[in-house]
Amino acid sequence: MSEQFEPIIIGFTCNWCSYRAADMAGTARIKYAPNVRLIRLMCSGRLDPTFILKAFADGADGVLVSGCHPGDCHYVEQNYKTMRRFYLLRKLLTQMGIEPERIKLLWASAAEGQIFADEITKFTEEVRRLGPLNWNPEQGIPKESQPANPMEVSA
Amino acid sequence: MTSNGKPKFAMYWAASCGGCEISVLNIHEKILDVDANFDVVFWPVAMDAKYKDVEAMEDGSILLTLFNGAIRNEENEHIAKLLRKKSQILVAFGSCANEGCMPALANLSPIDEIVKTAFSTISTDNPNHIQPQTSYQAPEGELKIPKLFPIVRTLDQVVDVDYYMPGCPPESHQIAAVIDLVIQVLQGKAELPPKGSVIGAGPSTVCDECTRKRGLKTIHEFKRIQHVQIDPEICLLEQGILCSGPATRSGCKALCPSANSPCIGCYGPAEGVLDYGARLLTAVASVIDSNDPNEIQHIIEGIPDPVGMFYRFNLAGSLLRASKPAWDTK
Repeated sequence: MSEQFEPIIIGFTCNWCSYRAADMAGTARIKYAPNVRLIRLMCSGRLDPTFILKAFADGADGVLVSGCHPGDCHYVEQNYKTMRRFYLLRKLLTQMGIEPERIKLLWASAAEGQIFADEITKFTEEVRRLGPLNWNPEQGIPKESQPANPMEVSA
Repeated sequence: MTSNGKPKFAMYWAASCGGCEISVLNIHEKILDVDANFDVVFWPVAMDAKYKDVEAMEDGSILLTLFNGAIRNEENEHIAKLLRKKSQILVAFGSCANEGCMPALANLSPIDEIVKTAFSTISTDNPNHIQPQTSYQAPEGELKIPKLFPIVRTLDQVVDVDYYMPGCPPESHQIAAVIDLVIQVLQGKAELPPKGSVIGAGPSTVCDECTRKRGLKTIHEFKRIQHVQIDPEICLLEQGILCSGPATRSGCKALCPSANSPCIGCYGPAEGVLDYGARLLTAVASVIDSNDPNEIQHIIEGIPDPVGMFYRFNLAGSLLRASKPAWDTK
């Protein structure tokens, strides 16, 4: 395949710092990899690990978690909780066969548009190197053993 | 098969341990109500019946089927589909049918590794390295055993399920209550809950039923129960013991915590929880008492097996369902 693999990356940003950093990168016309689909949350502490698992299960190749620098959280200390969950989740994902490099924690203040853009480009290259994840647990199950309409039986 | 006019009842075990059946028998004299109100037509653990008897039944002729066990092999799947066709109400009964339970922890390993562990490790006496074959030509004819699927699935990942009854096993008082309800429905005194409901359990969490004292949670170290003297009054999580109460559905009256043992999560996800492990991980990680990345990672080393801990009962029913080496057959 001569065409370059374009990873799908889901990026979670917080309203107060990292999303503003992305905004800053945009208004400053900084170029960076277009692979990240940003989702704005009020705080990185709002990021339920369920969102990350759902992203991987539904076809993402990488997930970026970003928030205010430690100590700068708009909600005082919620980004510390994000950090604790992040390390534990990364360990869990590794056990599930998802490389730890597919998930990245990035602190970015509202002024760090350049850093945000650079880190996204770096992360995109890292995920590109790992290749597609293509999460599909039913891959090895014969077609006739799969339900005709998966939506019908999913809880 | 005699017809005595009573509605028909079936119970089946797929990939399971048999604990669910014991739990049903543990309803004591209530089992006589089952017999008085139902004609038990198929229940391999309790009576002799053949698959061909079930195949010969009319579609929809069984009123109630309690299906326990996960879908591990072709036989499990065949019977799940068969009983779905023959039953009006199909209940995913017990943790295995609901979310995979212990059998689904096999979703962390590829099939050949599982077979190797079972038949050729040093603790196994198998000098001729005999391994199971799906087909064997004996002088009397071909013998077949069901083929294993690469991953374990829950019942509702294979067929349409009407009701979910969680627990490993479901508590006997909950089973008795459900049987009472069904009998009342038969007598026209009550109505069935909406399709897809979780029955025989509460909507909230085990913590809600737990009587231990709760204060501010901060964890400096995760401890194992054999290494500490447990305070019988205080919340186990506050004592550094991994307790699954915060994510687990209520319904057992917090049986394990009241016996000085942490909740292990057998009642599955509480109402509205999409991914059990993620919810429990969130609760546990949030109370780690450190803001330093290195120290946090050091404390996390106290959880050597996060998947086994957070998905002990739930791996097949989780969002990721199985580890990549287990399903990636390429």
